[in-house]
Amino acid sequence: MRINVDYDRCTGHGICESLAADLFEVGGDGMVHLLSAGLPEDRRAVVESAVAECPTQALSLDG
Amino acid sequence: MTDTGSGLVVVGASLAGLRAAEGARRAGYQAPITLIGAEPHLPYDRPPLSKDFLTAAGPPTATLLREEAVLRDELALTLRLGTTATALDVAAQIVVTDSGEVSYDRLIVATGAAPRTLPGTDRLSGVHALRTIDDAHAIRAAIDGGARTVVVGAGFIGSEIAASAKKRGSEVTVVEALATPLARAVGEELGLALAALHERHGTRLRVGVGVERLEANGVGAVTGVRLADGSRIDADLVVVGIGVAPATGWLAGSGIELGNGIECDENLATSAPNVWAAGDLVSWPNATTGLRMRLEHWTIAAEQGGAAGRNAADPDAATPFTTVPYFWSDQYDKRIQFVGVAEAADETTTVIGDLDSDSFLVLYRRGDRLIGALGLEQRGTVMKFRHLLAANAGWDEAMSFAKERAAAAAAKAAAAR
Ligand SMILES: Cc1cc2nc3c(=O)[nH]c(=O)nc-3n(C[C@H](O)[C@H](O)[C@H](O)COP(=O)(O)OP(=O)(O)OC[C@H]3O[C@@H](n4cnc5c(N)ncnc54)[C@H](O)[C@@H]3O)c2cc1C
Ligand code: SF4
Repeated sequence: MRINVDYDRCTGHGICESLAADLFEVGGDGMVHLLSAGLPEDRRAVVESAVAECPTQALSLDG
Repeated sequence: MTDTGSGLVVVGASLAGLRAAEGARRAGYQAPITLIGAEPHLPYDRPPLSKDFLTAAGPPTATLLREEAVLRDELALTLRLGTTATALDVAAQIVVTDSGEVSYDRLIVATGAAPRTLPGTDRLSGVHALRTIDDAHAIRAAIDGGARTVVVGAGFIGSEIAASAKKRGSEVTVVEALATPLARAVGEELGLALAALHERHGTRLRVGVGVERLEANGVGAVTGVRLADGSRIDADLVVVGIGVAPATGWLAGSGIELGNGIECDENLATSAPNVWAAGDLVSWPNATTGLRMRLEHWTIAAEQGGAAGRNAADPDAATPFTTVPYFWSDQYDKRIQFVGVAEAADETTTVIGDLDSDSFLVLYRRGDRLIGALGLEQRGTVMKFRHLLAANAGWDEAMSFAKERAAAAAAKAAAAR
């Protein structure tokens, strides 16, 4: 499972961070940063929520 | 529950309705799902309508929430667009529409909210509310025709429209009947601080004065706005942003309990069997804040849709929907973000920046608890308070966290110099 961020879309709302602060962090640049490269399968549900709740459709999930 | 094979029907093909269908599929629901929507368009996103859609240099386009192929193939939805639900029979489990009846085993109501209008202005041209993409096209065209714009209502959507019209070159005045705009959303002091954005960016703002009537010429085109104090503002475009009302008219007489919208329980179930609701029309007890609330925020509509879809797919495993409210607004290229609630705050404290600048962070206290955080251009910071709010954090903890953030920001600014 891999998360993709579309940096042309992300505007740094940080919804993803509020759902999983160990995976996502909005930096001082106002963009999200992925904190972990590989994603444990047991976090799939929360990542799917982040994908659905990102207001700019910046996140997508492979695999 | 005995299912007949009619499957899940979702009424309202926008954010909450789409997320409900997705939530049901994600929870393993395999029976048919029908999505009924009054608008002829595929589900699209509303927030851009008052922002990029109005300011974009090139021809504006809708931001679809999902491509049509995803709706039809991946989610296997039956789309009934351009179809308006007119009544509901909860005993027979039938939705009546303007093009026939649709039976359901399970139903999710997500018909959202519709703008309030100024009485007696229906037949005037040049007067618009902004809720749909068709409204947005009309407003953009009027601005491009050189219209002098008056926005009635300095709420978030009205303020965004003013900022966008200004950016597009229109001469803009905002008129607000209340002495303090946005007071209910963010409190009086912060309402004033945010309203000051207008004047700092060259938009006129008249507060504490109501609209007496709209004036029109012989062919029914608006020419001006007469205010309660007798003054008049020339206008070729009047955008009315005085709030929305839950779109529950079609449920009258259905037996579903209505009040401030649809009165739901903690699982987003309505008072009728096998019927749930999601989005702007839902009133529900939110355990995180301890309040029954009805919100008109994007994130909450998305979250509620997902939750209602899950609960409808597997009612025996239903879970309460709780959230820390969040909304944002973009005006004059500045982002406003709010988490939590502002109501009944005992104190607000500015922890980063100044209220008369374009960048600040304010915390809201009630008793010894943190209840909210408001940021202007604080993208990396505001959402960090959502955790603290979810955990019902104490005020002292929130203040020391804020001080750490402020110190880190100051150190970074110093290093950059
Ligand atoms: C211009 C604008 C800007 C916004 N900006 C922001 C923002 O910056 N931040 C933020 O947090 N929120 C913002 N919002 C609010 C956010 O868009 C709403 O909270 C969200 O759209 C609610 O989704 P919903 O699905 O509940 O309702 P809606 O989006 O209102 O969708 C309801 C749908 O149901 C349909 N419908 C209604 N009645 C019937 C019927 N009888 N039969 C069939 N279909 C029916 C309607 O046509 C509509 O398509 C904005 C809203 C607008 C209009
Ligand atoms: S929720 Fe979306 S826009 Fe917000 S920080 Fe995450 S990826 Fe970016």
